Amino acid sequence: MQGLIKSKTQTNYFTMLENDNNMPPTLDDSLNSPDFRTLGEVTVPRPIMKTKNVNVFYGEKQAIYNASLDIGKNEVLAMIGPSGCGKSTFLRCLNRMNDTIDICRIEGEITLEGEDIYGRNMDVVLLRARVGMVFQKPNPFPKSIYDNVAYGINLHGLTNSKSETDDVVEDALKRAGLWAEVSDRLNQPGTGLSGGQQQRLCIARAIAISPEVILMDEPCSALDPIATAKIEELIDELSQMYSICIVTHSMQQAARVSQRTAYFHLGKLIEVGSTDLIFTNPGHRLTEGYITGRFG
Amino acid sequence: MIECSSALHSILYPNRAFTKPPIAKFSLSVRSQPLAGFPGWSLTTGMAFLGALFGCFIAVPIMLFAALGISRRNRVVTRHIERFIRWFLIACSCLAILTTIGIVMSVLFESIRFFRIIPIPDFLFGLEWSPQTAIREDQVGSSGAFGAVPLFAGTFLITVIAMVVAVPLGLMSAIYLSEYAGRRIRTIGKPLLEILAGIPTVVYGFFAALTVAPFIRNNLGFLGMDVSSESALAAGLVMGIMILPFVSSLSDDVINAVPQSIRDGSYGLGATHSETIRRIVLPAALPGIVGSILLAVSRAIGETMIVVMAAGLAANLTANPFESVTTVTVQIVTLLIGDQEFDSPKTLAAFALGLVLFIMTLVLNVIALRVVRKYKEQYE
Repeated sequence: MQGLIKSKTQTNYFTMLENDNNMPPTLDDSLNSPDFRTLGEVTVPRPIMKTKNVNVFYGEKQAIYNASLDIGKNEVLAMIGPSGCGKSTFLRCLNRMNDTIDICRIEGEITLEGEDIYGRNMDVVLLRARVGMVFQKPNPFPKSIYDNVAYGINLHGLTNSKSETDDVVEDALKRAGLWAEVSDRLNQPGTGLSGGQQQRLCIARAIAISPEVILMDEPCSALDPIATAKIEELIDELSQMYSICIVTHSMQQAARVSQRTAYFHLGKLIEVGSTDLIFTNPGHRLTEGYITGRFG
Repeated sequence: MIECSSALHSILYPNRAFTKPPIAKFSLSVRSQPLAGFPGWSLTTGMAFLGALFGCFIAVPIMLFAALGISRRNRVVTRHIERFIRWFLIACSCLAILTTIGIVMSVLFESIRFFRIIPIPDFLFGLEWSPQTAIREDQVGSSGAFGAVPLFAGTFLITVIAMVVAVPLGLMSAIYLSEYAGRRIRTIGKPLLEILAGIPTVVYGFFAALTVAPFIRNNLGFLGMDVSSESALAAGLVMGIMILPFVSSLSDDVINAVPQSIRDGSYGLGATHSETIRRIVLPAALPGIVGSILLAVSRAIGETMIVVMAAGLAANLTANPFESVTTVTVQIVTLLIGDQEFDSPKTLAAFALGLVLFIMTLVLNVIALRVVRKYKEQYE
C-alpha cells in the first residue's frame, strides 16, 4: 500500500516536469499540509545554535516555512537545495544579516548558546562578532591585506597594542593557510590577490575576531577546483575550533566537508541527517531527486 | 551687437556715460575692426557653428530615411547609404572638434598679441590690475596695469568660500541620500537637489546681489564688522549653493557604486552602519568624491554671472571675505564690453585671462576624470 502511494506521487511529479520544464517541481499535498514534519533528527546533543519554527517573509512572500534546525558544536553542517529554496536566507538569519533588508520579517526562535539572538538584550554587533560570515563572492575591503584582517580586531578593540594586533593578524592568516603566500606583502591591497586567496583572506578576516560559529554562503562558487580544494581543507581544520554552517550548491562538496546535511526545498526544510545517510540513503523522495541530479 | 554692448556699458558705468565718445564714431571703429581682430579664425568658427546647425537639420530626415529601411530591397543603394551615413557622422564629429580647435586657437592668438605688448611675467605675477587705458591721446589716464594676481586671488577666495559651503553640505547630503534615506525620500530628494543645478546662474546672481549681500552687510554690520555691499562672502556662499548638486549628485553616485558585498563584509564582522560608512564606504569612494569636488571647483572657477552681480569690480588683493573682490571671469566681461579699440591691450587682456582660465579648468578636469576613471577600474 505504502509503495503504491509513493509510486503514484512519483508519476505525478514526473508528468508535471514534462508539462512545464521551466517550473520547479511543486510541493505535493503532504508538504503543504499543516502537519508537515522535517524528516530526520533536527536536534543534536551538543547544540551551539538552535532554531525553532523559523518563518521568514520578504514582504508578502514567505521564504522559509517553519524550519527548525540545530547546529552542533564543532560540526560542519551543510545546507543544500535548489536555487531559491531559502538556504541562504536561513543562513543569513543566523547572524541577523537580514536586518539590512527592510522588507524582511522573521518569526520564530533562534538561540546562540541559549540566548535569543532576536531578543531585546542581544546586541547585533556582538552577535555578528560571535557568528562570523564568509560570503559567496570574495569581498575583501579595498584596503591592504593587513588592514583587511585587522579591521574586525580594531572595530571591537580586541587588542591593546599594535604588536598584539600584528600577532592576531599573523595567527589568523596562518590558520587560514594564507600566511606563507602573503607574509612579504601585507601592505599590498587585498583586492590584488587571486580569487582563492581573496576568499581565504575573507576567512582570515572572519576568524581574526574569534567567532564561535562561522557561516559560509557558497564560499567556493566563484573559485576554481584547486582553490576550492584548499578552502575545503581549511574548513576541515577550522571545524576543530569553530562550528561551521555552509551553504553549497555542490553536493560533492557537502559530502566531502560536512558531518550533517540539511536539504531545503521551496522554503521548507525537507530532511536533515548525517551526511553519509543523506547521500547514500535519502529518506525523502525530493532529497533523492535532488542528489541524484533529477532537478536543481 | 553694438547696441547691446553700449547698453551694457551704460548699465555698468552709469556715471561715466558722458566720457563716452559719440556713438557713431564708436560703432565705426568697432565695425572696421572685427576681421583684423579675428584673422580667419572667427570665420572658421562661425562656419563651423553654421555647419553644425545645418547638420542637425538634415541629420534627422536622413536618419528617418535610413530607419524606415525604404532602400533595403536594393543592395547597391543600401551600401551607398551606409557609406554616406558613415561619412556624414565623421563630418559631424569633425565639425565639433574643429570648433573646439578654432576657439582655442582664437584665444591663443589673441593672447599672443597681448603678450607682445605686456610681458608674460608682468601679467602672471603683477600685483596691480587697472586695465583702464586712455581712449584719446589727450585724455588724462593711466597707461594701464595688467597684473593678474588680484584677479586670480579673488577667484581663488570665492572658490574656497564656495567649496567650504558645497563640500561638507554636498557630501553629507550624498551620504544621507545614498545610505540612510528610504527609497521614497531618495526618489524625491535627489531630483530636488539636482534642480539646484538647473537654476540659471543669473538667477543665483541676483539672489546673491539682492538678498544675500544685503543680509550679510546688515547683520554683520551690527556686529561691528565693516562689510562692503559687494562681498566675496556673498558671492562665495551663493556659488557654494550652486555647485552643491555637483558634489552631492556625483558623490551619491560613487557611494552607490561601492559594492553591497563589501558593506555586507563589514556588517558581517560586526560593524555598525556608521562605522561601515566611515571605515569602508567613504575610503572606497574617496577617489570618486575627490573627482566630483575637482569638477565642482572647475565649475566654480569658470562661473561668471554670480560674481559679476555680487562680487564687485574692484581688483582688491585681499583675503578678507567681507571686502569686494573681482574675479577673472568678471574682468573678462568688463574688458570686452568696454568701448576700446579691439587691439588695445585692455581688450586683448581678456583673451589672455581666458587662456589662463581655460588651462586651469582643463587641468582640473583632466585630473578629476583621471581620478574617477582610476576609481572605476578598482571594482571592475
